[in-house]
Amino acid sequence: MTTLAQSVHLASVEAILAAGVFVTLMIGVFRGDRSLVPLTWVVVAIMALAGVYLGVVPAAGATGFGGLYIADGFSTFLKVLILGAAAVSAVLALPYLKQSATARFEYPVLLLLSALGMCMMVSANDLLSLYVGLELQSLAAYVLAAFHRNEAKSSEAGLKYFVLGALASGILLYGISLVYGFTGTTSFAALHAVVRGHGAADIGVLFGLVFILSGIAFKIAAVPFHMWTPDVYEGAPTPVAAFFASAPKAAAMGLLLRVAIDAFGGMTFDWRQIVTFVSIASMLLGAVGAIGQVNIKRLLAYSSINNIGFALIGLAAGTREGVTGVLFYLAVYLAMTLGSFLCVLQMRGPDGEPVETLASLSGLSRTRPWLATGFAIFMFSLAGIPPLLGFWPKFAVFQAAMDAHLYVLAVVGVVASVVGAYYYLRVIKSVYFDDPAPAFAPADSRTNSAMIVVAAVFCSPIGMLAITPLVEAASRAAAALL
Amino acid sequence: MSFPILSVIVLLPLVAAFWVLLAPGSEDARAANARITALVVTLIELALGVVLWVNFDTSTAAFQYVERIDLFAPFLSWHLGIDGIALMLIVLSTFLMPFCILASWDSIQKRVPEYMAAFLLMETLMIGVFASLDLFLFYVFFEGGLIPMYLIIGIWGGARRIYASYKFFLYTLLGSVLMLLAMIYMVSVAHTTDIPTLLTFNFDPEVQTWLWLAFFASFAVKMPMWPVHTWLPDAHVEAPTAGSVILAGVLLKMGGYGFVRFSLPMFPDASVELMWLVFGLSIVAVVYTSLVALVQSDMKKLIAYSSIAHMAFVTAGLFVFNTQGIEGSLLMMLSHGLVSGALFLCVGVIYDRLHTREIARYGGLANNMPRYALFFMLFTMASVGLPATSGFVAEFLVLLGTFAASTWLAVGMTTGIILGAAYMLYLYRRVIFGTQDNPEVLAMTDLNPREIITLVPIALAVLWMGIYPTSFLTPLHAPVANLLARLHHAAPPVQKVMPATMAKGSAK
Repeated sequence: MTTLAQSVHLASVEAILAAGVFVTLMIGVFRGDRSLVPLTWVVVAIMALAGVYLGVVPAAGATGFGGLYIADGFSTFLKVLILGAAAVSAVLALPYLKQSATARFEYPVLLLLSALGMCMMVSANDLLSLYVGLELQSLAAYVLAAFHRNEAKSSEAGLKYFVLGALASGILLYGISLVYGFTGTTSFAALHAVVRGHGAADIGVLFGLVFILSGIAFKIAAVPFHMWTPDVYEGAPTPVAAFFASAPKAAAMGLLLRVAIDAFGGMTFDWRQIVTFVSIASMLLGAVGAIGQVNIKRLLAYSSINNIGFALIGLAAGTREGVTGVLFYLAVYLAMTLGSFLCVLQMRGPDGEPVETLASLSGLSRTRPWLATGFAIFMFSLAGIPPLLGFWPKFAVFQAAMDAHLYVLAVVGVVASVVGAYYYLRVIKSVYFDDPAPAFAPADSRTNSAMIVVAAVFCSPIGMLAITPLVEAASRAAAALL
Repeated sequence: MSFPILSVIVLLPLVAAFWVLLAPGSEDARAANARITALVVTLIELALGVVLWVNFDTSTAAFQYVERIDLFAPFLSWHLGIDGIALMLIVLSTFLMPFCILASWDSIQKRVPEYMAAFLLMETLMIGVFASLDLFLFYVFFEGGLIPMYLIIGIWGGARRIYASYKFFLYTLLGSVLMLLAMIYMVSVAHTTDIPTLLTFNFDPEVQTWLWLAFFASFAVKMPMWPVHTWLPDAHVEAPTAGSVILAGVLLKMGGYGFVRFSLPMFPDASVELMWLVFGLSIVAVVYTSLVALVQSDMKKLIAYSSIAHMAFVTAGLFVFNTQGIEGSLLMMLSHGLVSGALFLCVGVIYDRLHTREIARYGGLANNMPRYALFFMLFTMASVGLPATSGFVAEFLVLLGTFAASTWLAVGMTTGIILGAAYMLYLYRRVIFGTQDNPEVLAMTDLNPREIITLVPIALAVLWMGIYPTSFLTPLHAPVANLLARLHHAAPPVQKVMPATMAKGSAK
């Protein structure tokens, strides 16, 4: 049994983030909205500090707070991704917020709060701490979705997200209570032992498992719990959509991995059917649904549904190789998604107002050749065309699926990737083949341009040099779970 | 370690592409820089290709110039090396590239740096396909080629370019992803991505059938074989001239190379089991596409259909499991690369003047373009397979090989040759002979020096291959013998009809 002091030390990352939330909130309250820019950088610094502490804290699977919290290689890997994506989401919003006159200081603070929730999620070692982390993350996210509070679309997005999210939380809680009722525990470790001991076919636990998975599927926007995604992405301010598509996806995916493999490892046969179905449905619907879209944010929403479907292939495999594939997938997916949204943020009309239609991208290669190159790299990468980096995570999960003899899943996956390639090609067609539309306003932020360059280089074939270290790190992280 | 010539030949165009894109200056200066850089680099590549050929040891089937760096573990490694088959295809690729650049010199006026960069990138990927000794490295180059070709067709293509570019991309991608799954399966069984090791690995014959079909899906689309050939006429018609040259000259050869490198040696049992499928599709393709070619009114479409017919010769020859058939097929790939490339260049010459590919708009060109008529005739004859041209040697070897396997197959193939003569001569008559009263056509000028420089070397190569094919067959002997040894235990009995002299000549 660890003492409270040891527990807090174990959770120093969360402690730093929590302290940071209070400090930044107070600064914001006293200094007002003009502190947005400095506060953003303070928040980035706090996240960086938390990141440093990730390396300091022992991460050998020690548990704290009476077994509610765990710090292991798996959580460390995901926290790096989460903090990185959240920090980028904070910085990329600055020009947008200033332009749209919603330069409120709450933005970075809410992001920080959400990051805290996400770190809790991936370190949860108990169904209750899982729920607390998830809710903390979600509540901050609901507010962020409605951040343009004077704009009907944004408020609608926030409300939609909140209502559906609350429903999903309810389903999740219901599942947790069922599991608790039938097993008498909420701890992952105990569940692992109990579920295995009892024989996996206990119908009550099975129901609980289905509800829990449904609740988490909502958070990762997997079919059939995806309906909110296109609307929320379209309605929410673009930087918020960028954030939703990145860090929370990684956190919820990590959570799903831990619940499925750690808590319900004895019921692999049962949840594999669910995950396989969800994976196939997400890949196909994500690919087909995007075809008719004319709004780039809705298109990227379907793209994220599609990508989550691919990542789930690795979980369906259920092997260490599969988990490695999922983690590798998440790392690359974050870069591709944030890069795409950074490019979307550059789409601004002559007066600087955001433009979101696919048609406005026409002929971008003449007016803004470098931005066009960025779009091309991200789209080909998301489509999974080698030698771009986006191909390799797909490759990794397919490899895991083939090794686990899930041939049907793999075949459906590759077919879906061909269908999906069509709409990514549509973007490239607009950018390269069509006659120029009115030019966008010139780039307004060196930081954002620099981030596009970094993400594009990472996603380009040059990024293949990162395969070895990334896969090694993901493999070590997966080892903590399996 | 010696000079890494293969890495250089693969990566040099890539570096040049970056330079072409990044070079500063006004639009005209960048265009001029792009043209000159592309030409110089492709010529250096050609020189490197010749160096490869000169220093190549033709007495062994082993892979040469092997380089290996474990860069991208655990998925793949940078592993290059070539045998005689790959060597000849690399030489073909490097040989055609400078002419593509020259052919685009004046006809491409918009976005020149991007155009040249796409072609240089294409060269990297083409050579990479032939030089890869790692299964997934091969796949990367094989698939990566879609990106520049998609852009070349879509940006610089004709009126229906967007439809053609999508069709090209999605068709080829769908074929390839099934091959990817098969590759993943192979690696999970054999525990290596090393092609030389996989070449000697014996897969379970039952699994072989599935793997073979998955690879077939990819290579048949790429070849292209009937009935998955429909993307090719569209892509050819819409692509700019140089794009068509590369498409017909090199990209189609990737399918044939794939059969020789993967399907035959890795799945010998499945290859024998399913040879009837290849033969059936080849006969249909030869007859059907030749008939379709006869009724085309668009020059490029006609040549595109003739390409499909010629590729059917290649597939039929590859699956007869004898020296004549396989060497004839490989020679046919080289010959077709030169001839169809040259024919597309010839179409490009008159297209640049009249901006139409309608055969009916032309006629009587022999009067005002005699030199053009001469070159066009040579390449037409080579396509028909007239003795002393490359086409004859290749077609003859394939026919010998197919006859040894099956008389009916040879009958089908011969029908294709007759029809081939029909549509090519019919095309030639309509374009070159007759009278012409359209003043625009009468005003067309004969070949300019740049166009002559483009066509003369290809014409010489076609004649060289037709008169003294030994130069081109020598590097092929050892790998083909090796391949046949590998196929030996699975090979079916053959009809004993080898003409003594031919058997002696090509089996060494």
